[in-house]
Amino acid sequence: MTRDHAAAVLDVQNLSVRFRMRGGRDIAAVTGARFSVAPGECLALVGESGCGKSVLASALLGLLPANAQTTGSAVLGGDIDLLTAGERTLARTVRGRRIGLVPQSPAAHLTPVRTVRAQLEETLRELTGVRGAAAVREAAARASFPADHLDRYPHELSGGLAQRAATALALIGDAPLLLADEPTTGLDRDLVERTVDELRRHTDEGRALLIITHDLAAAERIADRVAVMYAGRIVEIADAGPFFGAPGPRHPYAKGLLDALPERDFAPIPGMPPELGALPDGCAFAARCTRADARCTTERPAFDDGLACHHGLTGRASHSLTKAAADA
Amino acid sequence: MLELTRITAGYDRRAPVVRDVSLIVGHGEAVGLLGPSGCGKSTLAKVAALLHRPDAGTMTLDGTVVRGWRHRAPQEQRTAVGVVFQQPRLSADPRLSLRELIAQPLRSTGRRREVPARVAELAPLVGLSAELLERRPHAVSDGQLQRACLARALVLRPGLLICDEMTAMLDASTTAALVAVVEAYRAESGAALLAVGHDRVLLERWCDRTVRWGERNAESVPLG
Ligand code: SF4
Repeated sequence: MTRDHAAAVLDVQNLSVRFRMRGGRDIAAVTGARFSVAPGECLALVGESGCGKSVLASALLGLLPANAQTTGSAVLGGDIDLLTAGERTLARTVRGRRIGLVPQSPAAHLTPVRTVRAQLEETLRELTGVRGAAAVREAAARASFPADHLDRYPHELSGGLAQRAATALALIGDAPLLLADEPTTGLDRDLVERTVDELRRHTDEGRALLIITHDLAAAERIADRVAVMYAGRIVEIADAGPFFGAPGPRHPYAKGLLDALPERDFAPIPGMPPELGALPDGCAFAARCTRADARCTTERPAFDDGLACHHGLTGRASHSLTKAAADA
Repeated sequence: MLELTRITAGYDRRAPVVRDVSLIVGHGEAVGLLGPSGCGKSTLAKVAALLHRPDAGTMTLDGTVVRGWRHRAPQEQRTAVGVVFQQPRLSADPRLSLRELIAQPLRSTGRRREVPARVAELAPLVGLSAELLERRPHAVSDGQLQRACLARALVLRPGLLICDEMTAMLDASTTAALVAVVEAYRAESGAALLAVGHDRVLLERWCDRTVRWGERNAESVPLG
């Protein structure tokens, strides 16, 4: 699916993450992930908790625990491989400067004992060398954080304002890649929409955005492309329009996820995902898939042309979430 | 089933987060309480679950006025309400296996003998295998742990179930699965439901009716 490797802000090839557990057991948290994100583009990585999407994000930021082993590559800006760069480089030149992190729980990410102003000042000084009240106000304004709340402490902010404060911090370094890890968890629908619309605005200014989320409605609203992860693998990458609209997803798991939404069938996919420490030989979704046959249980489908499935769906009529919601 | 009348509650008497709110859930009825995060709806859910004593107002449960909350609540009232919260990890003792977690309410009410049969009955309903039942919370996913927390809430067969943002952290399929478990239980038992959340589409699909927090609670108009 990579349109142009050279132009990509982030180009991930065959990224795998293994955790070595006590007793020599291996957990295959991420296997063979391949995707890229271009400037001005938003890729949404969706999947349920435990599917490996957060591990993938941690791998990109160099924040994996010591028992993790990574293979493959994740090249940022054509010149630095995040998987081999080393903590010193990542801390000094990558995090904040080349990758802006929009965190999952902004309240926890902000320093509780310091005002928003103090935190913006410090990050400005560190990343840009700029000082002064005007720069702070400007940094706040970029994330629509109100100037009259700058002297508040994180616990004095609503969830939405805490999210904006964290986003303001993430934007300071003018990083070409924004990585948003479940930025809308626990937010109300209105706030979800405002948060993703603002992230979209920052993307439209030319940044690349990788958003990791289990919120499909948020993904539909913001993403140009969607990558679906299941049991540690990306099983489908598709343009957001046809994925959420017609003809719909091609992978049976992706279709199941969409059909489970309350604005659609509200029907769960039977069963649960397999353990990452004991993946079956064939397709990891076979035990839950209505289309599975003998080949599916013995031969693992390769990820090819944006899909990892032996019997992909085609031309399934489906309608968009927003449309379904409007009809309801 | 549940009647909350002019409830005021919070953590600081000078600044209550719930002010003069009334809400009624009829027998067998499923009511969705919809509101933004931080509005006080979770505090109201805790009052209804007998876990937080209100500063003012009255509550009746199945026709009986509630006189005590937390450990002061009489056992027959406490066991009539099952509750599931948003964050399973905050409400699950990390030292217990999922099996022990589910059985907790039976043990603490002296009904230890019913444990094997009841857990065997509930585990397949919430989709937990025998192998998962023996694991501790750190060794399962949020979705699996929430399945166990739902089974725990159902283990005493409550007449009222309170789900406070039960699925806010979960993916679409797990959400649909847990809601289906709740609805299957309600269909068979006739239990009432108070589902508290911020997702309008979800609550409207799930519940018989939804009431909005915001506009009305300040005026003390009954929410139900
Ligand atoms: S490979 Fe087979 S089992 Fe796997 S998703 Fe495709 S059809 Fe289903």
